[in-house]
Amino acid sequence: MAYHVSTSPHVRDEKTTRQLMTDVLIALLPAAVAGAVWFGWHAFLLEIVCVAAAVGFEYLFQRCMKKEITAFDGSAAVTGLLLAMNLPSQFPVWKALLGAAFAMLVGKPLSGGLGQNFMNPALGGRVFLSISFAGSMTDFSLASGSLAAAKINETVSSATPLALAQEGVISLKDVFFGTTLGVIGETSAVLLILGGLYLLMRKVIQVHIPLAYLGSFLIMMIIFGPQHWNVQYLAGQLFSGGLMLGAFFMATDYVTSPITEKGKVLFGVLLGVLTAIFRLYGSSAEGVSYAIIIGNLLVPLIEKVTRPVAFGREGKKYGRKE
Amino acid sequence: MKLATFRGGVHPFEGKELSRHRAIVDFVPESETMVYPLSQHIGAPAVPAVKVKEYVKVGQCIGLAQGVVSANVLSSVSGTVKAIAPHLTASGAMVQSIIITNDFLYEKVEEFGKERDWTLLTREEKLEIIKAAGIVGMGGAAFPTHVKLSPKNPDAIDTVIVNGAECEPYLTSDERVMLEEPEKVIGGLQIILSLFPNAKGVIGIESNKPEAVKKLTEMSEGLPNISVCPLKTKYPQGGERTLIYAVTGRKINYQMLPADVGCVVDNIDTVVSVYQAVAKGFPLLRRIVTVTGDAIASSVNFRVPTGVLYKDLVEKAGGFCKEPAKILSGGPMMGQALFSLEIPVTKNSSALTCLSRDEVAESKESPCIRCGRCAQVCPGHILPQLAVEYAQRGDLEMFEKVDGLECCECGCCSYICPARRPLTQVMKQARKDTLALKRQKGGR
Repeated sequence: MAYHVSTSPHVRDEKTTRQLMTDVLIALLPAAVAGAVWFGWHAFLLEIVCVAAAVGFEYLFQRCMKKEITAFDGSAAVTGLLLAMNLPSQFPVWKALLGAAFAMLVGKPLSGGLGQNFMNPALGGRVFLSISFAGSMTDFSLASGSLAAAKINETVSSATPLALAQEGVISLKDVFFGTTLGVIGETSAVLLILGGLYLLMRKVIQVHIPLAYLGSFLIMMIIFGPQHWNVQYLAGQLFSGGLMLGAFFMATDYVTSPITEKGKVLFGVLLGVLTAIFRLYGSSAEGVSYAIIIGNLLVPLIEKVTRPVAFGREGKKYGRKE
Repeated sequence: MKLATFRGGVHPFEGKELSRHRAIVDFVPESETMVYPLSQHIGAPAVPAVKVKEYVKVGQCIGLAQGVVSANVLSSVSGTVKAIAPHLTASGAMVQSIIITNDFLYEKVEEFGKERDWTLLTREEKLEIIKAAGIVGMGGAAFPTHVKLSPKNPDAIDTVIVNGAECEPYLTSDERVMLEEPEKVIGGLQIILSLFPNAKGVIGIESNKPEAVKKLTEMSEGLPNISVCPLKTKYPQGGERTLIYAVTGRKINYQMLPADVGCVVDNIDTVVSVYQAVAKGFPLLRRIVTVTGDAIASSVNFRVPTGVLYKDLVEKAGGFCKEPAKILSGGPMMGQALFSLEIPVTKNSSALTCLSRDEVAESKESPCIRCGRCAQVCPGHILPQLAVEYAQRGDLEMFEKVDGLECCECGCCSYICPARRPLTQVMKQARKDTLALKRQKGGR
């Protein structure tokens, strides 16, 4: 009889990379489905196309480069879905394909592949599209016959809720439940928060980044915002735009956020401050994507300055506690 | 009540239900051959004190401690020395061993089992008895106990911690001892406390052993110098550093000894062995071993004479009910995987865990996704992912700089890693290499 021999430990936790990514997909699903229901079939098509393209491009890349195939571990699917949720509902499919290609061929593997990419690939794709197709990326026209078109008066449809929030005229109920304008996945704050809570509950993410991000953003808005303590205005800022999607799903991307707990807090605060600055003083209404990407680039530095002190190495403090 | 604990750690499947309700059974050797490795402790190997064909009795010293850190090896049977030759041990190494043919007569040495009033003994006499009895730390490291109990300044020791955490999955030997022989635990602790005039005794027990907590709390009532500290159930609660921190709030790093923060830590079975040797006159000849795992027909806690081969334990436990994929000396978190059962029970054997599934072979390594779980569970508060990155690049200088040497090799990072990376394994090797390099360069 031959027994297996290896060094300890001999047992493993049940959670694998694939299961973590599946949990992220599950958490994203309510908001993704709501976006598709609200904006109609083209939004649904975009979601399917982006997920399939992200997985497909990664598979092709790994196949061509003769690398181990990890395209089906779920991380590519998460990237694809996040990209789709960041697009306007009537965005052309071929442009979305280009975005997925950028995310999966340039954003991820060329900077080292899974675990090494310095920029959130979905956001990389989104920013690539924003720069290349600024018009399509800010075209929030609605498909005729969709629930959204039925509810929303054509006259306001030119402005996104975030733009409205800037002016302080916005229905909080609408941004909270997502019955408003915006990109496919960012409209329903409540479903995004529920997804975020699911991730927290399943211990897929830690609370540090979202809490520090939202908290510091709020504080910045109270201090520097045009309406300071106006709750209506603050809630509008908090629940509209890509903030919830960004705080719970994109800033918490493992690969592109700090590992250390202090680093996570610092990273979150940085994103909150940057987002507030971009929203208050920037030319475009949106600031989340750029804030997160800048944060991503600073992760190595943040990790370097927040490395924890090893147990029993706490300078003069270690030793006897009297 | 808030339970004492530390930051980090994991909750692996406990597996203790298999054997925790099984009372300790005395194992009577049936096969003739008994094997006593001369190195079953940390430090210099003992040298043979007998010759081939010599007749030995139960309790006779057959291997004599050499140098400061070393321990005697005693025979647990009577019979003739068959050979002095290398034999396979649990670590996988061939170790010079005394092999004795058991005559099943159990002739004892003269002083065997003579009770004494230990309160009349001096400090030196007590330590001499402990040394002669060959007692070593039975929690796993097997550090000679008489050395541990002789720190430079005994007056500076203010806490003697008895380690009853037993955080390693599947192991139930310490729990059974606490339930069945609590008076010996208390007695042994009293003896150890008598060596340290300023010390109080604390028995640390994980909360998953409520009966043991209750029993020892009851018994320590009315004893002003002994208390029980219930600990949160979390691996590696019983690690020396995490245990000292949970009980006293003091921290030591890998270069420090518990005595540096006024502590002495001894495992449950070690304390019982001290009591047996000093008060009852029985040297250390047996070991409580949990034979368990889903591949074992009937899990059991044996009181085994040292020198018995593992294969006999399996047989006595009813053999295998399933094909075992992996057999461990110890538990699944820190145990040694065995490729043979022709291995003797030594003083620091704690369990024989036989698993029908090898989760390690079933899992496949994938790239690190930087989820940070390894850092969250590391009781040493280091970043295993970062240290391993340096280690794999061969940059031992940076490995040391990011506190790779502070790793206690508990296995939490490898356990938790969703990408199934062998973090602990790399850390162990890198630590070994770094420490060897430092020794070459002259001392640490």
